[in-house]
Amino acid sequence: MEQTVITTEHGSGGAATAALIDGIFAKAFDNPVLAQMEDSAVVPGAGEIAVTTDSFVVDPLFFNGGDIGRLSVCGTVNDLLMRGAEPKYLTCGFILETGLLVEELKRIAASMAATAKEAGVTIVAGDTKVVEGGGGLYINTAGIGFAQGREIGARQIQPGDVIILSGNLGEHHAAILSERLSIDTDIASDCAPLVEMVRALMTSDVTVHAMRDITRGGLATILKEMAETSGLTFELKESCLPVTPKVRDFCGLLGLDPLYMGNEGKMAVMVPESDADEAIRLIRASAYGAHAAVVGRVSAGEPGQVVVETAVGGRRNIDVLRGEGLPRIC
Amino acid sequence: MSDEALAAVKARLKAYDGPRMRIMEVCGSHTAAIVKNGIPGLLSKQIELVAGPGCPVCVTPTDYIDRLIALSQEENTCVVTFGDLLRVPGSAGTLMQAKNAGGRAEMVYSPFDILAMAQAEPATTFIFAAVGFETTAPVYALLLDQIVEAHIENIRFLTALKTMPPVIDALCAGGADVQGLIAPGHVAVVIGSDAFKPLAEAYQLPFGVAGFSGMHLLYAIDGIVRARGRGTVMNFYPEAVTPTGNVKAQDLVAKYFEPGDALWRGIGVIPGSGLFLKPAVQCFDMGSQALQHDHPMNAACRCGEVLRGAIAPQDCPLFKTACTPLHPQGACMVSAEGNCLSVYNQN
Repeated sequence: MEQTVITTEHGSGGAATAALIDGIFAKAFDNPVLAQMEDSAVVPGAGEIAVTTDSFVVDPLFFNGGDIGRLSVCGTVNDLLMRGAEPKYLTCGFILETGLLVEELKRIAASMAATAKEAGVTIVAGDTKVVEGGGGLYINTAGIGFAQGREIGARQIQPGDVIILSGNLGEHHAAILSERLSIDTDIASDCAPLVEMVRALMTSDVTVHAMRDITRGGLATILKEMAETSGLTFELKESCLPVTPKVRDFCGLLGLDPLYMGNEGKMAVMVPESDADEAIRLIRASAYGAHAAVVGRVSAGEPGQVVVETAVGGRRNIDVLRGEGLPRIC
Repeated sequence: MSDEALAAVKARLKAYDGPRMRIMEVCGSHTAAIVKNGIPGLLSKQIELVAGPGCPVCVTPTDYIDRLIALSQEENTCVVTFGDLLRVPGSAGTLMQAKNAGGRAEMVYSPFDILAMAQAEPATTFIFAAVGFETTAPVYALLLDQIVEAHIENIRFLTALKTMPPVIDALCAGGADVQGLIAPGHVAVVIGSDAFKPLAEAYQLPFGVAGFSGMHLLYAIDGIVRARGRGTVMNFYPEAVTPTGNVKAQDLVAKYFEPGDALWRGIGVIPGSGLFLKPAVQCFDMGSQALQHDHPMNAACRCGEVLRGAIAPQDCPLFKTACTPLHPQGACMVSAEGNCLSVYNQN
């Protein structure tokens, strides 16, 4: 009889492990490379490769707008994209806690498969371990992509560049926090693969100097890090930052700042001012980019400074997130 | 408020060339909002904003942190707290360090999370680190209501609850160099704007109850500057604050708590400035009244003067040297609403 919860037997490496892999992962991620079921996957490829890895420990496993499976694909795919690489292959390692419902694992695997398909990546290798616990689940994914031979990164940013944000701030963070605090907000996580908008930019005439996805620590943290790496000043206009009224009110209630809240399907892009209109047009025309906006500018000023012009006309410097923020949002 | 009205307020505040005005805000959320909105840069050099003892974490004495650490290390106990408190230094380390060394302390976003924790582990005593001002006290009272109703026997409180009017009184009586006060908006929602009247009249100072947006703050500061020298309370947050406040919340607090003398970090004991569990519910207390000592981790730490508005954070010899957000020596560098962290983030 099929078991309904994960037990230590599933981690034995024996028949139960094989049944779990065959019954869930092989079925959901079905592709010829994985189907070989060898000790490692051999895949075609040439030229410069981009490699990244990320682990996902989000609590709860399912949330409005996504789940840990979708997140584990988006996070790694987006990290590859931010270097201008075309994501191709993923590996995934699952650490399952005893007590996890098999039904939940199936849903998560299906969600990963659907997200991988959407992002155009193939899951070519995997691993499963079981530990004693209370029904939790952790996923590590590693990704391989093919670099496009263009230098993209914070060191390429130039004075005069504009800073574009691909959409509204804070949605993933607010969605997770709503679930944790049982606050009924209907704010959905923005968790999404940014393949389409990055491809649109990379195949256009727009000169992309840098891209960074906005995850833990929020826009403030990634911009501060990029400003320091580039040795330039970033100037933001608070009134231009896209935040939905729902997220803004939610932040107001809890004393949070959208600038420091995590997203899982948004990026900041630095392009020359002359390319700004075209970049905005391309991002807005892509999936998940409808609310893209220019939010600031880069200047030679003081190295490593990020300055915000506030809605009432004041100025404040921003720094990286300090302290706890919100643990286990991704 | 129209854009024109706001522009007029901003123009007046920038052009002010009357006598120097030192205005104190005694609410940590105001301190944070002032920084967040870049308010100081919009004011004339003759108007100076100074942060007072408005951050509940910052005014918590080391004895309190030390006691939490000791409790976290006892058998079958778990300290439950809001996040900031984990990183506040006691006389020998933080609760976070104690947790990493095997103590048990859990961070929650809602105090009510303790109910499920206590029910899931009946053999463990869960101790809520109840810090806060008049705004937070009603939440703890509500929690007590539920604990009593559900007959939960393994929850206790270590309280460090404080009230605003007595500390403002103590600062003014001590000759604080301030010519006006931004009264705490959230506290005023609960206790009402009238609660500040006796102080305004006694010290002939203008009090402006303010909300938390940049616009709210600019209007309140403008009102306070224009009322210089007059003992009056002005309500610039009428959408949330009434003269008498939230009577239901006040009654709930009075059901479980009574005023007592409380120790403020770096300031000392202020009569009647604390809220303690009443004798009838003393069984829920973990010895809160006994915490009467304050020993800073670093003798050079000038948190007390910073909290009284007597010196600016930059004037403390430890600021940005031995004391940084990653290695805080005093609580003001820990809390998101702390005076030192707010200034640190601006420089």
